Amino acid sequence: MATDAVAHHDDHAHPTGWRRYLFSTNHKDIGTLYLIFAVIAGLIGYSLSAMMRLELMYPGIQIFPTISAILAGDGSIDAAKNMYNVFITAHGVIMIFFMVMPALIGGFGNWFVPLLIGAPDMAFPRMNNISFWLLPASFLLLILSMFVEGAPDMHGFAGGWVLYPPFSSKVGTPGPAMDFIILSLHIAGASSILGAINFITTIFNMRAPGMTMHRMPLFAWSVLVTAFLLVLALPVLAGALTMLLTDRNFGTTFFDPAGGGDPLLFQHLFWFFGHPEVYILILPGFGIVSQIVSTFSRKPVFGYLGMVYAMVAIGAVGFVVWAHHMFTVGLSLNTQRYFVFATMVIAVPTGVKIFSWIATMWGGSISMRAPMLWAIGFIFVFTVGGVTGVVLANAGVDRALHETYYVVAHFHYTMSLGAVFSIFAGFYYWFPKMTGYMYDERLAKLHFWLLFVGINVTFFPQHFLGLAGMPRRYIDYPDAYWQWNFVSSIGAYIAGVATLVFLYTVYEAFARKRVAGDNPWGVGATTLEWTLPSPPPFHQYETLPRIVGYEH
Amino acid sequence: MKQGGRFAQRRIAIWAASAAASALSAAAAWGDEPYGHAEPGQIGFQAPVTDLARYLQWFHNDILVPVTVAISLFVLALLVYVVWRFHEKVNPTPSRTTHNAALEVAWTILPVIVLLFIAVPSFRLLTMQLTLPPPDVTVKVTASQWHWNYGYPKDEGNFAFDSFIKDDKDLKPENGDIRLLSVDNEAVVPINKVVRLEITSIDVIHSFVVQSFGVRVDAVPGRLNETWFKADREGIYYGQCSKLCGQDHAFMPIAFRVVSQDKYEAWLTDAKKKFAAAPSAVRLAASADEATRQ
Repeated sequence: MATDAVAHHDDHAHPTGWRRYLFSTNHKDIGTLYLIFAVIAGLIGYSLSAMMRLELMYPGIQIFPTISAILAGDGSIDAAKNMYNVFITAHGVIMIFFMVMPALIGGFGNWFVPLLIGAPDMAFPRMNNISFWLLPASFLLLILSMFVEGAPDMHGFAGGWVLYPPFSSKVGTPGPAMDFIILSLHIAGASSILGAINFITTIFNMRAPGMTMHRMPLFAWSVLVTAFLLVLALPVLAGALTMLLTDRNFGTTFFDPAGGGDPLLFQHLFWFFGHPEVYILILPGFGIVSQIVSTFSRKPVFGYLGMVYAMVAIGAVGFVVWAHHMFTVGLSLNTQRYFVFATMVIAVPTGVKIFSWIATMWGGSISMRAPMLWAIGFIFVFTVGGVTGVVLANAGVDRALHETYYVVAHFHYTMSLGAVFSIFAGFYYWFPKMTGYMYDERLAKLHFWLLFVGINVTFFPQHFLGLAGMPRRYIDYPDAYWQWNFVSSIGAYIAGVATLVFLYTVYEAFARKRVAGDNPWGVGATTLEWTLPSPPPFHQYETLPRIVGYEH
Repeated sequence: MKQGGRFAQRRIAIWAASAAASALSAAAAWGDEPYGHAEPGQIGFQAPVTDLARYLQWFHNDILVPVTVAISLFVLALLVYVVWRFHEKVNPTPSRTTHNAALEVAWTILPVIVLLFIAVPSFRLLTMQLTLPPPDVTVKVTASQWHWNYGYPKDEGNFAFDSFIKDDKDLKPENGDIRLLSVDNEAVVPINKVVRLEITSIDVIHSFVVQSFGVRVDAVPGRLNETWFKADREGIYYGQCSKLCGQDHAFMPIAFRVVSQDKYEAWLTDAKKKFAAAPSAVRLAASADEATRQ
């Protein structure tokens, strides 16, 4: 039966319509599903942040009573304050678990890891299917949590994406909203672990003849390192969530001091997952940017081995720095000294990556096509986010900046600008390959400049707010913080316009149907996917390609 | 950095109106310098009133900011130069260079040296913050949803009182009240004395911060955290709860009034009478502590 299917697989009809996607075991179709899912989640996540910026544009409480009246049927000021915190929580969870991870790992990972290493598909195609379809279920649970009781008489969980008990335990959130979030994250975690196992197996076992590990393109390497981080970090989150679940429902006291537990135990477990998680969000972006910079400089990646092992080093050291998120919880002096030191070490491999990207461009013949513009934008904004990370790594200074808008600015420079720019860079780089159509590059560049200006105007002033002492997760602030909040909100609206331009660019490309050709990027595009037609056939590499040596 | 704040104010006309209004109310209360809270359009730290905060701000403003700005501008300059110098129109034939051992070693070693340069003051600051000198005064700070409670132990009067945010309608800007910062009862501490703070919470995690003192520590149920400061200027210094603790997270400010030793003692005498009779969260906290021990 199985051999039959292999022998005749070109003869039998592929499922069509909704069956093609719901039952899909094809890595490209599943990648497409992930990308569509990420776009939808991203639009929802952006809408939440737009409403928060609208609220913060002026001091006082303006629009959240109305939002709360619509969503929770309660327009009181207290309900509005709670709803704001529900929004910040949902924004964080959606952007991390349902936008960046599905786009980079599920979307581009599924689409391009097999193409880049010369594999016909992923190692476990059916597991790939369930990895994706767990996500909408998880997302649904998250959305549902916003409509059931959380804090007494309030709707939704309002404790931030970090889920710290006792606010997330019965003490702060007795209602079922938190249980919905726990189940949602459990399912999202299972989805990611299955996906990670699939990537590790595929990359170790299904490389084409001659594709040694040290010849693998950097995006495949970045997904491999990311997959290891996922497999090692997510079970720790799952453990912490399970302990929280039993604390809430079965009378255990892991995090309850009244029963001998400790709320800080949760924070240690959470950040043991949470810090690798932020590298999970950015490492695939490193891989994408490396390939784009190389393609459009028409030069091989500079210092390939250094680039590979810098990613491995970032991943490894990322596991031993978690408590730098906890400098203010009352850690001892020596503990803090260690975590300051370990955190600073990460700046070294990160510096290697940034300088290697520039060295790849050095001496090249640079073509400023749209993906290259996004990649160069990424390098700059990620540098800015990186150096503020060095500032925050100093526990002494973190004492002044922790939990202020400085931190918000820092992680949005690495995530909202860094990771998102790498997603758009990858999107514009591979869009012709995925669809066979070429988009209008002027629109893609307009999208870049609008988003670059918008996001910088949004987040740069937040450094000032943080230095001046404005705490994060605040629905209202003392009037002295109004000016920079106003500027920041204007930036968020510009970013919204940029997003509309993005949607139009995609629509325009599908409407015009400009044929892209196998390789629209010219001689610099040397990786395997450009040897295939655009879009690639349903099954590719029926005869495995032979790799005969790159110059590394 | 305060100068930077004023500079930005002058530059941007749209801000002038609100800046003037706030500056007036601040000036009415504390003379020219706005201490203890941010001023409109501020881009740097709030003015420090402890040596700890001064050292912290010096380290940030004079070491970290120049280093980080220099690195960012260096990367930006390299990017701009590379795009201009090696554009395909200028440089149609790419080189094939992919290795340069000396360069790769250099850009690994140089960041290490920069980090070591940063680490020296960083570790000194950290040690200063976490090494408590012998205290002159101890205040027990107990957080709960959504207010603070300040307790003065036996040798200082043996009383405790709650501190709630002032309603907007009770604000008196002419007395220096600030929306979202002013409270009904401020904690009072003497000037030039080492004040030790013991901080805990009775429900969820909160976080205590007063930026002018350079102090921040979480209030965690089941734990007694401690920190210290020695303020050398009289005045009111504000902070705001800094760990998400529920709907009124943004509405439980911290206010410390630093006064002379004489005024402090006079205040202690009054406060003892005023607060001794009132039940307070600290007793609840004490009974919670006992429950924990059992």
